[in-house]
Amino acid sequence: MVELFASLWVEYLWPLLWLVIKIVVIVVPLLVAVAYLTYAERKIIAAMQMRKGPNVVGPFGLLQPFADGLKLFMKETVLPSRASVAVYFLAPMLTFLLALAAWAVVPFGDGLVLADINVGILYLFAISSLGVYGIIMSGWASNSRYAFLGGLRSAAQMVSYEVSIGFVLISVLLTVGSLNLSDVVMAQKTVWFFIPHLPMFVVFFISGLAETNRSPFDLPEAEAELVAGYNVEYSSMPFALFFLGEYANMILMSAMTVILFLGGWLPPMDIALFTWIPGPIWFAAKIAFVLFFFLWVRATFPRYRYDQLMRLGWKVFLPLSLAWLVITASVLQFTGLVPK
Amino acid sequence: MIQALVFYMFACLAVLGGVMVISARNPVHSVLFLIFVFFNAAGLFLLLGAEFLAMVLVVVYVGAVAVLFLFVVMMLDINFVELRQGFLHYLPVGAAIGLVLFIELAAVFAGWHEAPEAKQMIAAATPDMAEIANTQALGRIIYTKYLYLFQASGMVLLVAMVGAIMLTLRKRPSTKRQNISLQLARKKEDTLEVVKMPVGGGIG
Repeated sequence: MVELFASLWVEYLWPLLWLVIKIVVIVVPLLVAVAYLTYAERKIIAAMQMRKGPNVVGPFGLLQPFADGLKLFMKETVLPSRASVAVYFLAPMLTFLLALAAWAVVPFGDGLVLADINVGILYLFAISSLGVYGIIMSGWASNSRYAFLGGLRSAAQMVSYEVSIGFVLISVLLTVGSLNLSDVVMAQKTVWFFIPHLPMFVVFFISGLAETNRSPFDLPEAEAELVAGYNVEYSSMPFALFFLGEYANMILMSAMTVILFLGGWLPPMDIALFTWIPGPIWFAAKIAFVLFFFLWVRATFPRYRYDQLMRLGWKVFLPLSLAWLVITASVLQFTGLVPK
Repeated sequence: MIQALVFYMFACLAVLGGVMVISARNPVHSVLFLIFVFFNAAGLFLLLGAEFLAMVLVVVYVGAVAVLFLFVVMMLDINFVELRQGFLHYLPVGAAIGLVLFIELAAVFAGWHEAPEAKQMIAAATPDMAEIANTQALGRIIYTKYLYLFQASGMVLLVAMVGAIMLTLRKRPSTKRQNISLQLARKKEDTLEVVKMPVGGGIG
């Protein structure tokens, strides 16, 4: 009996427990990062608009995100009449879970990854393309015209920009010759990809803004002119889940930008002072850098109109990224730089 | 053992989801169950070691095709009560068609036998899986041996796309479109005129 239990422990239970520990180690800092991203957003935009931002709750307002969370938690969960209950509650959970599930393949350092799968890029792409379901389901299940129209609008937006993101990913993985994310980072040892792929770096960043429904493409936030978006009927915790999912997606988009174009966990130069700092810290610093741009854009640009948004996605980014893909393939082929 | 368990889990859930697709009362729920079936099929692909196919199934079918499908179904104005009314009325016809199809399938299965050369052809086309990842293996086959078929399938999709656009595109002269280059090319002189007005005269 004891031997059976021992073998069961060694073969199944301990690996399972170890896996759970690793997941917790990834998810908890992520949630803290999400909480402080909301704080950073308010502080940075306040500074850009010469205000103070949150400064009352805790020192420098540092406890503000938790106060906000508690406030949302204490509110009443409102269920619209004739809503499709199961789908209504499934939608925010799906949004939040997908935002977390994507982190399974993100490499934080050399070998520091939960699941080092062969098709890491495709996995990230698949997860981000599933994000549209949270939006479309919530819009439909609310049984409200405004939520439904908002859901359709955001879903169309996400589907459109996904196409050009796909082409950008293909351009990058042609240069790498592998779909594994660790290989993508290691291929940038000599030069980070934002230098040879500069136009695609810009396209990817802007598409990332559109994909995460961020300003200047934040039509779901346009409560003044469009009665907001898919989440108008949500309150309390379901709304908080949407909110958390949106910010976790922002961090994920930044992480993808860092992995694909800014050399992942690699230091900027391979010299002693830089290599002393461990990889995960470089990775986090680069993510914070990209996130700052997300917030900066929000404080700077006015919102796009819906038809302008569609025009940019289909008539500008799609031909541009498709042409860049052909150029990349041709250059690699004719200069003999094709990775083995 | 765990693999077998996981296989049965995915297989049972896929079958269950398939049953729910046809038995759900609300068509939107049907589509959501269909997506659930796609997921389980992707899981089965993963178990077979075909990770590329699994991911492509999720990206293409779940991420794109099913979204558009969901769009269409959500926009349809369906009266569920009316939809259910003729059920008993049409049952005999439906059952007859189902029976004919079933007999045909059974006949096909009964007459099924594997050609002796078939095995060799598979072996010739597939590179050693231990050496290269299956994404690369698929690429090598599709872009060399089946290049023309691959291109032909692309052409079929292109024709379908052009056809769909031709059928639905209509020029509406009343809509106003934004021409950004025209807007940017506008100069101050084209639109603004400074007029000296006599005091107390007004525009005459």
